[in-house]
Amino acid sequence: MTAPVLDIVDVSKRFGTNLANDGISLSLAKGEIVALLGENGAGKTTLMSILFGHYVPDSGKVLVDGTPLPPGKPRAAIRAGIGMVHQHFSLAPNLTVLENVTTGTESLWSPRSRRGQARAKLVDIAQRFGLAVDPDARLGDLSVGEQQRVEILKALYNDARILVLDEPTAVLTQPEAETLFSTLKDMARQGLSLIFISHKLDEVMATADRVVVLRGGRHVADRKTSETSKSELAELMVGRSVARPVREASAPGATVLEAVRVTVRSGGVDRLKAVDFHLRAGEVLGIIGVSGNGQGTLAQFLSGTLARTSGELLLFGKAVDHLTVADVVAAGIGRIPEDRNKDGAIGEMAIWENAVLERLPRFAKYGLVDRSGGLTFAGDIIEQFDVRGGTPTTRTRLLSGGNMQKLILGRNLIDRPRILLAAQPARGLDEGAIAAVHARILEARAAGTAVLLMSEDLDEVMALADRIQAIVGGRLSPPIRSEDADRRRLGLMMAGEWQTETRDAV
Amino acid sequence: MRFERREHRPVALVIATPIIAIAAALAISGVLIALAGAPVWEAYWRILKGAFGSRLSATETLTRATPLMLTGLAAAVAFRARLWNIGAEGQLYLGGIVVAAASSHLLGGLPAILQIPALLVLGALAGMVLLLVPLWLRLRFSVDEVVTTLLLNFVAVLFVSMLIDTVLKDPAAFGWPQSQSVADGAVLPKLLSRSRLHLGLVLALVFAVLLHLVQSRTVFGLQSRAAGLNPQAAVFAGVPLARTLVIVACISGGLAGLAGAVEVMGVKGYVTTDLSPGYGYSGIVVAMLANLHPLGVVLAALFTATMFVGADGMSRSMGIPSYIADLTVSLSLLTMLVAVFFTQYRIRR
Repeated sequence: MTAPVLDIVDVSKRFGTNLANDGISLSLAKGEIVALLGENGAGKTTLMSILFGHYVPDSGKVLVDGTPLPPGKPRAAIRAGIGMVHQHFSLAPNLTVLENVTTGTESLWSPRSRRGQARAKLVDIAQRFGLAVDPDARLGDLSVGEQQRVEILKALYNDARILVLDEPTAVLTQPEAETLFSTLKDMARQGLSLIFISHKLDEVMATADRVVVLRGGRHVADRKTSETSKSELAELMVGRSVARPVREASAPGATVLEAVRVTVRSGGVDRLKAVDFHLRAGEVLGIIGVSGNGQGTLAQFLSGTLARTSGELLLFGKAVDHLTVADVVAAGIGRIPEDRNKDGAIGEMAIWENAVLERLPRFAKYGLVDRSGGLTFAGDIIEQFDVRGGTPTTRTRLLSGGNMQKLILGRNLIDRPRILLAAQPARGLDEGAIAAVHARILEARAAGTAVLLMSEDLDEVMALADRIQAIVGGRLSPPIRSEDADRRRLGLMMAGEWQTETRDAV
Repeated sequence: MRFERREHRPVALVIATPIIAIAAALAISGVLIALAGAPVWEAYWRILKGAFGSRLSATETLTRATPLMLTGLAAAVAFRARLWNIGAEGQLYLGGIVVAAASSHLLGGLPAILQIPALLVLGALAGMVLLLVPLWLRLRFSVDEVVTTLLLNFVAVLFVSMLIDTVLKDPAAFGWPQSQSVADGAVLPKLLSRSRLHLGLVLALVFAVLLHLVQSRTVFGLQSRAAGLNPQAAVFAGVPLARTLVIVACISGGLAGLAGAVEVMGVKGYVTTDLSPGYGYSGIVVAMLANLHPLGVVLAALFTATMFVGADGMSRSMGIPSYIADLTVSLSLLTMLVAVFFTQYRIRR
């Protein structure tokens, strides 16, 4: 084996009382893809921020080709050939692709910008790595997948030889993710070295040559993917064996929610087109689809924040008119929004305030907020739903993603709702938290709650749902029984191919 | 050197923030006073004496603080809900002119016990209307209210200046552009004889306490804070966003209008174009110094009034331009912004 291009030696970093990185070492060879695997808070992002010079380590060093990098100098890291692709892109949406890529590469004092050369270099790189993108397109007009390509191109334009990608698939759809990974493999074959951060076992096994597992800020394992398995990695990552709960057979009850040819028009486009579904007590109905196909609209409509244009909605057998959020909450419908930071909770408010905000009628008298009642309610949620890292008066922002999700689940499930709307309830969570969220959903189902689960994760839907419908371009497929579903059939349904299937709808 | 977000904000630090900010502003102004060739300690001593050294000066400072408290509360309540009302100055003038017009033309005959409350309500309504227009533009067409409220200040002040030079002009004012005086029954009772200190101060203090209770205890207070911090999540949680903002605008515009009414009814008696030496704008500084806390607004308004009143006396005796007061108050806003930043971030090497 050749000398490593990158060596991270015994790096430690402490934030307050929290030891984010505890003596971590890692090396990377030319042409190698290493996955950095770990749960949220394991120290992956901290380590990469140290590598890129955003943070200064308390001890330890970073060597590129055997030469130590000066700590805390991103510019030096770029010059040494390290490129970073952030989870939240650091691009300007109002500039073109070419402008974004060349930003920061030209001297402020040069009288004119060398557009021609820059364009030639960009097109050359794009061709070499198969990252096709129009250099003159305005960045804001591009899809998320294309924006990520620009972020990668920007790193390559700066002559990066070591590319670090922070959870690159978090924002991508499944096909986009597959394209990305084939590009990454191609780049490795051409001699680039790559590190990608992930907590998804499938993509790690499929793409990486080697996996480094971090847990609680420590380096716990270094494995070749050819010599390990998903279950071993899961156990290393979590520190104990975690099994996602499985659905047990149940007898669904009466239909509690039914949509008949519901159309929702918003922004001049029909986001939902004459969709039909019915949901029974004690069952989970899975709505599967690549994100952006109308599940957001469906969730908003049922949550009471978006009105329908036509069609009928029957709630507990009765036709309902316009639904407001207050109606929905009062009817005993729990809601887990797709984006917990934007919709689900207000980070700067206390946990108890977030717990009571959507059920203020219950926690208010004569217009005054019942603070002590709210504190008790939040305390109960924290206790029963195992929310860690805060008391009722803690600012919600300080909770980790998984604990924030437990809080949102808790405030909805603690009163045993009759219906639960769950949109991507496990998105962005680590294995342990996913198992906890799934267990809670199945518990609610066993207690007779009707659950509408919207997800793009096949495994999640197949594990939890009794019946499955696919959503494509605002249309819903007829439901199929979960027992009749396999990955191939669901894949076809998600691609809109259900008309040709045999009609064994239930 | 780099900045890291603080996980916890100690209460002591939050309370110390404005004190540190003001101390820093005084220190920087001290350098300027020294450059102007005056002894710094004595200058500050004279400012303090000028503001509180006698019964007259102390009541004058409190009189000056009254409209600042009201405009400060107006800014604080709006900013808390992220409604950027920069238009308190215009709302103040409109409140003032409506009171002057109503008292001299319509309600002048009423006894004080009826006339005073009626005029206060009218003044507040005038301020509300002037803020509801930009709010409607924002809700309907997403027009940025920073721009509209700021520009409406000029519209309002010029409109008032037109009125007092035409239909509302006082014929007995020797040609000066000045409105007719309010009726005797419109004059706010004095709190102390032989001073200008009037009932408006009590009103301002009552509103500060009321507003504090509303914000910390009521459903509306919680909802308006939610609407300000994260409108999208607030809507998801069922907060009626438009209705909440309308109420916030009514409170904010109303308080600013009330500042104008109180100033006319308690101090001036009529409206000129120098009814307000920028109380509307200083209210923003007061609100920021108070960290948008209604009770803090009272203290911040006192500080600001102290500087303005005290600097007048100091400049007469020491030959330092009284602009030093504007300078110190403005600096304190800047130092406060820096200090607030450090309550949220810490420095790490």
